[in-house]
Amino acid sequence: MKVGLFVPCYIDQFYPSVGISTLQLLEKFGCNVHYPPDQTCCGQPMANSGFASLTHGCNQNFIKNFSGFDYVVAPSGSCVLHIKEHLHDERNPEAAKEIRSRIFELTEFLTDVLKVETVEARFPHRVGLHQSCHGQRMLHLASMSERVLPPFSKAEQLLKGVKGLELVKPARVDECCGFGGTFCVTEEAVSVAMGEDRVSEHETNDVDYITGGDTSCLMHLEGILRRKKSRIKIVHLAEILNAQ
Amino acid sequence: MNDNKTHSQNAEEFLKDRERAHWHDETLWFVRAKRDKAAHNIPEWEALRDAASRIKEHTLSRLDEYLIQFEEKAKANGVQVHWANDAEEHNQIVRDILQKHNAKNVVKSKSMLTEECGLNFYLRDQGINVVDTDLGEYIVQLRNEHPSHIVLPAIHLKKEDVSNTFHEHIGTEKGNKDEVYLTRSARKVLRQKFLSADAAITGVNFAIAETGGIVVCTNEGNADLGVHANKVHIACTGFEKIIPKAEHLSIFLRLLARSATGQPVTTYSSHFHRPGKGQEMHIVIVNNGRTNQLGREEFRGSLKCIRCAACFNTCPVYRRSGGHSYHTAIAGPIGSILAPNIDMKQFADLPFASTLCGSCSNVCPVKINIHEQLWSWRQKLMDEGYGGFAKKASMKVMAGVLGSPAVYKISGKLGRTAMRLMPFAVNNNLNPWYKGREMPEPPKESFREWYTKNKKA
Amino acid sequence: MSREKILNAIAKNKPAPLPLPEKFIVERTLVNLAEKFLDVLQGIGGKGRIVNDLTEVKNLLQEKRERGVEVVNCIKDLPGYNAGDYVSKTAAETQTVHTVFLKGVIAVAENAAIWVPESAAVNRILPFICQELVMVVDERDLVANMHEAYDLINVNEDGYGAFIAGPSKTADIEQSLVIGAHGPLKLDVFVVRS
Repeated sequence: MKVGLFVPCYIDQFYPSVGISTLQLLEKFGCNVHYPPDQTCCGQPMANSGFASLTHGCNQNFIKNFSGFDYVVAPSGSCVLHIKEHLHDERNPEAAKEIRSRIFELTEFLTDVLKVETVEARFPHRVGLHQSCHGQRMLHLASMSERVLPPFSKAEQLLKGVKGLELVKPARVDECCGFGGTFCVTEEAVSVAMGEDRVSEHETNDVDYITGGDTSCLMHLEGILRRKKSRIKIVHLAEILNAQ
Repeated sequence: MNDNKTHSQNAEEFLKDRERAHWHDETLWFVRAKRDKAAHNIPEWEALRDAASRIKEHTLSRLDEYLIQFEEKAKANGVQVHWANDAEEHNQIVRDILQKHNAKNVVKSKSMLTEECGLNFYLRDQGINVVDTDLGEYIVQLRNEHPSHIVLPAIHLKKEDVSNTFHEHIGTEKGNKDEVYLTRSARKVLRQKFLSADAAITGVNFAIAETGGIVVCTNEGNADLGVHANKVHIACTGFEKIIPKAEHLSIFLRLLARSATGQPVTTYSSHFHRPGKGQEMHIVIVNNGRTNQLGREEFRGSLKCIRCAACFNTCPVYRRSGGHSYHTAIAGPIGSILAPNIDMKQFADLPFASTLCGSCSNVCPVKINIHEQLWSWRQKLMDEGYGGFAKKASMKVMAGVLGSPAVYKISGKLGRTAMRLMPFAVNNNLNPWYKGREMPEPPKESFREWYTKNKKA
Repeated sequence: MSREKILNAIAKNKPAPLPLPEKFIVERTLVNLAEKFLDVLQGIGGKGRIVNDLTEVKNLLQEKRERGVEVVNCIKDLPGYNAGDYVSKTAAETQTVHTVFLKGVIAVAENAAIWVPESAAVNRILPFICQELVMVVDERDLVANMHEAYDLINVNEDGYGAFIAGPSKTADIEQSLVIGAHGPLKLDVFVVRS
């Protein structure tokens, strides 16, 4: 199984360990993983700001880098969602369609494609679970508190096997952290207020770490944690699942 | 409500009083929680939402036919039907009916449509006194404020605020903030208003095409008291409130109150078909930009709205910025996709007052894809040039960097190096991120660099 | 003119026709309707009980009359039907009414709503102007949900009708629930066994 590893731009630049964990995890489960070196960004920051019209360069580059794989996998719900919904190329519509149908976020790839039942990992810490919105509500990685539907969570399913892990949920199980892309600076006051409220709930639960599937959320929460000089650290789901 | 500031500026102001903002957020989250409890008590909840959505979508696709049928039935019931293409015309029609009856004092039950049209201010200028009788609206009216929420108009106020306002305007005891005392005091005052008024104006929750009747939902009984105590009843409605059949009310009434407040149903679901003895009943059907929205394929779904405000209560941004931050009659997520249709320039900021978390779409009883429409409005607004020159320019730069592997790699390396060697370059007050958060630590090597070193064999 | 403008614009802008969904059917799982009805009624601030006949209602009616409050009885099966006196009263003339007794047509278990058409209220303002409202419903007129209710009622048989669920209320002052807003402060319901 040939897997193209898509490492979102801010993970590449600021949180390479998430990319490394993702790569190692996929290889552990027998995937033949390639990292196209000329990948850049999915284009989400521009598109969410109303400039989807300027994302041709990103789209074309994405298609160039990720065509020809059985699957494309990324440790990010929001980036995967963006590609799934908005990857287009007028000159190459079929190639875009192919990729849109083959791109997966990491946890759903593990549960739905690789059909992973248990992950052999060890992370003996008390960890707060942050539910990233795009992954949950749009990629359906977990059930949503607003809906009257059977509960499930792909991430929790995988985390169940991690030795020593104590997973705790905040009072508001799936309220948005407030990152929201450029929202984090254009509506800075609300963004920080939202993040502080999330952090507060995890602090109430006295966790050692906060985890989630999207580094963008974690980066935002980490910024607030460190400003508060909190002892709580962030860790991506991939890093927990890869921890020994 | 500061009309000249953007949502972002208003929100920043709102959040200055952190404690109060936190209280506002908790109060509205509690309403969301009540909604969840009510919804989870109905096993067929999702099927109800689906049916409601499809009924509304069907109705929009045959809207003109249903409006014609509605008008015909209403007229046969002895009701006078008027059509207003815009807010100004709506206000004039209402004024003309009132002047014909020499009405100087009017009682009005909740109607966001009349808020949208600025009816109260218009009538006041014409020498007609309007009293809003919904307790929440009465409170904000006394304070000369706009409602901050379409279902809970005074949600932004604390008991002390109401106590002070009532003391000032209706002579209640100074400092007495007991809610029962305050409510009973308002009851006394407003009862006299109901009985001494010359006309009653109501909104419309649902207009039934099959029978020509309208349904008005309240908890307080103010719509019914107002209408039954007066010789003239004027019901104002946007044309999208129409539903095909009376039986459909079962679906909408099961969804409405549960979505709005978590109650199984409002205390009163009043069906008005024919005017009372000696009474005149009027219905004013209003456009005010709705035909425009109907023609927008991406946005016409917003016309399914039944004004429950579930989206307000779940929106983490609304809860932390308050309805007045949106500087429009209908705030929150639904307001953010309705307002730009009216005036793109004035409301260009609203679709950006969101993280696109998608919670709103999940609680919407008629399944409006609010979060997707917010995204689509962003594209439309930027395409039409409402982003401002600076924004477009910086976006072009970003697109250039992110679209080109070479430029991206260099910029990334340069950026991280600069951050490590000169942290003050970004850790300062010019950087909006830095105001409330620490910047992420720039690692020595990017993932790409690590991969090249360790894996590329 | 505006009528034509609006209808023409709608005709031009409306989407391609979409079908109406099938009639919404819910399988009735509720067994004890009266129990559910009374439970919900209590939750929304009303008071209710099941009775075998109208004895308790008659007693309540008597009690109120003896207290000297103005009582309007709209139920022909109860002694001293005087609703006829109120048919033509103006609103102002009804403001002294204390308690109104009326017969509900359909009662809905899921939300404790009772259908009160104009004919049951006799004068439209009576269920709203009173301080206290007493309603009598027959147990056989209980249904499980609103779908069943709308199947049975004819909304435009009378010029006006309302579903009334509990006493009037508001939570507009800092979300603190207050029973009794502009309508009646109290609602008592008697469910009479068939």
